[in-house]
Amino acid sequence: MSQQYPALLVVVPLLSAMIISIAGWVNKRWCFPIAVAALGVAACSSVGLLLQVLDQGKVIYLMGGWPPPMGIAYYIDHLNGLVLPVVSIVALLNLIAAKKSIEQQFPDKIGPFYSLYVLMVAGLLGIVATGDAFNLYVLLEIAALTGYGLLAMGEERAPLATLNYLYMGTIGACFYLLGVGYLYIVTGSLNMVDIAGILPDLYQSKAVLAAFIICMVGVWLKMAFFPLHAWLPNAYTYASSAATGLIAPLVTKVMIYVMIRLMLTVFTPAFVFSFLNVSDAIVWLAVIAIVTGGVLALAERDLKKMLAYIIVAEVGYMVGGAWLGNRDGMTGAILHIVNDALMTLCVFLVVGNIVYKVKSYAFENLQGLFRKMPFTMGAFVIGAMSIIGVPPTCGFFSKWYLITGAIAAGHYAFMAALLFSSLVSVVLFFRVFEICFHEPFSDNHGHDHHSEAMDEAPLSMLVPLLIVAATLIVVGLYTGVIVNQIIQFAIPASLV
Amino acid sequence: MTDLVSTIIAKYNYWIYITLMMIGLYAMIAKNNLIKKIVGMSMFQTAIILFYVSIGVKKGATIPILEYSHGHGHDTQLVVHAADYVNPLPHVLMLTAIVVGVATLGVALALSIRIYDRYNTLEEDEILTQIREEK
Repeated sequence: MSQQYPALLVVVPLLSAMIISIAGWVNKRWCFPIAVAALGVAACSSVGLLLQVLDQGKVIYLMGGWPPPMGIAYYIDHLNGLVLPVVSIVALLNLIAAKKSIEQQFPDKIGPFYSLYVLMVAGLLGIVATGDAFNLYVLLEIAALTGYGLLAMGEERAPLATLNYLYMGTIGACFYLLGVGYLYIVTGSLNMVDIAGILPDLYQSKAVLAAFIICMVGVWLKMAFFPLHAWLPNAYTYASSAATGLIAPLVTKVMIYVMIRLMLTVFTPAFVFSFLNVSDAIVWLAVIAIVTGGVLALAERDLKKMLAYIIVAEVGYMVGGAWLGNRDGMTGAILHIVNDALMTLCVFLVVGNIVYKVKSYAFENLQGLFRKMPFTMGAFVIGAMSIIGVPPTCGFFSKWYLITGAIAAGHYAFMAALLFSSLVSVVLFFRVFEICFHEPFSDNHGHDHHSEAMDEAPLSMLVPLLIVAATLIVVGLYTGVIVNQIIQFAIPASLV
Repeated sequence: MTDLVSTIIAKYNYWIYITLMMIGLYAMIAKNNLIKKIVGMSMFQTAIILFYVSIGVKKGATIPILEYSHGHGHDTQLVVHAADYVNPLPHVLMLTAIVVGVATLGVALALSIRIYDRYNTLEEDEILTQIREEK
């Protein structure tokens, strides 16, 4: 059984998605338990895989027993061994938290929604687990197409915003496919490890250079890296809270994983940092991404869009950290994949709870929330502290590694951008806190008792949120263990 | 000059796919009608499919189907020269890419139906004006 974890990871959610859509016709109440069971299996397999990786190093799984380079192999090493549990657990927690809001928002579309949700998780887990460049493209499109479906079930403006995302996402995926095609021309292989073995003799080739640039542009489009970020804010803002809770924490982070995987495994640091002379320019782009994301977030008057622009800035953190070209920067980027997935989940679950109760996320409707929803807002404070980077929350530690990396690389602009971003986050979140502390104006001074009452979100939404908030602190406290036991082995020794 | 012409002719498959791709990209960026944008997107995907199919082709090679396989009563050992057959792998990959392209097209058209129901138009500037007026 434990040898089959990499297959279970993808196959169980994939098949469950079909079963859910059939079950949805028979009885809608079956959909949720099946979805939870499927993601539960995926979460257990991913944790099991992480333990196997810690125990014996790399896990190689041959799909159908076909050896590479002909067959598709799933390679689980320390890098994706760390990302897999994050993806599956974030998806599971959000699924449980989203049950009530799905029933509230789309009572007649429960079956299709869960089916798309589980299928998307299958795609995301597959992207992280696979060791085959073309297989990655297919899973990328599975995750993207289901994502369009989920995002489009939202407010009135959601279909248009999603269509814009679809254009950009398709161009991104096509660019990646084109890059893989160039790699296939020069190496004749699609297996990542196999390609990495053949490439060193071909570093001079213009086709390899073109492949690398095209792949990178495609992946940046998909992760909304600065000049290519325009699709993200609208698409995430107008979607339902159940969909953003899955997509906002995971899609950008998984794409950053893909970028790091391409940089470290396929093209290797020797090519990316020593042979190409572009890392400085890309870190500068990241600097602009962080600053612009922060400034655009300041201009927003509703909570969800503000958080969407913070994601744009956070993508800048990770891309910049990965391209600093030293061990600390890369450690910070990988650690931030974990932390940012958790803290984005935390704040978007808070938005989900607020939308469930208040039916709005505009700033003017948030008044008095600290009294009305104390637990939700408590979790929001922890999530906000983590995004700002206050110890002992986990956001502090990844920012610390990123800043250390920036100093070691002598890239002080990146350091300044990180500090600027922290300051902007302070302004952003304390403005929200102030509004939420402020009591709404009431006409009936005589009997305020009606508005005094605590009106907290249901337990099924609150418990996952509090678990995530607690995890933010626990992960922060165990940062040393994560870095020394896992991330250290995820980065090749050639990168110092 | 003749050098340039001969390079273009020798790699004509790449020139065709790049041209098609750029026409598609231009339509996605510059066109105002959502359906025209979707058509541009489809061209963009198809250009990449053409690129993959063209890289599998070899001069003087035939389709990768073995005419005489085992059990057809030939005494001599059958020798297969890879150079005689086009590379089937890119073609197989593109079967998947075609499916992905169709699915993307379907989702995009479904979304445009939803948009048409809501705004009664598919011209992007008219939709944006309506959104601005509603605010």
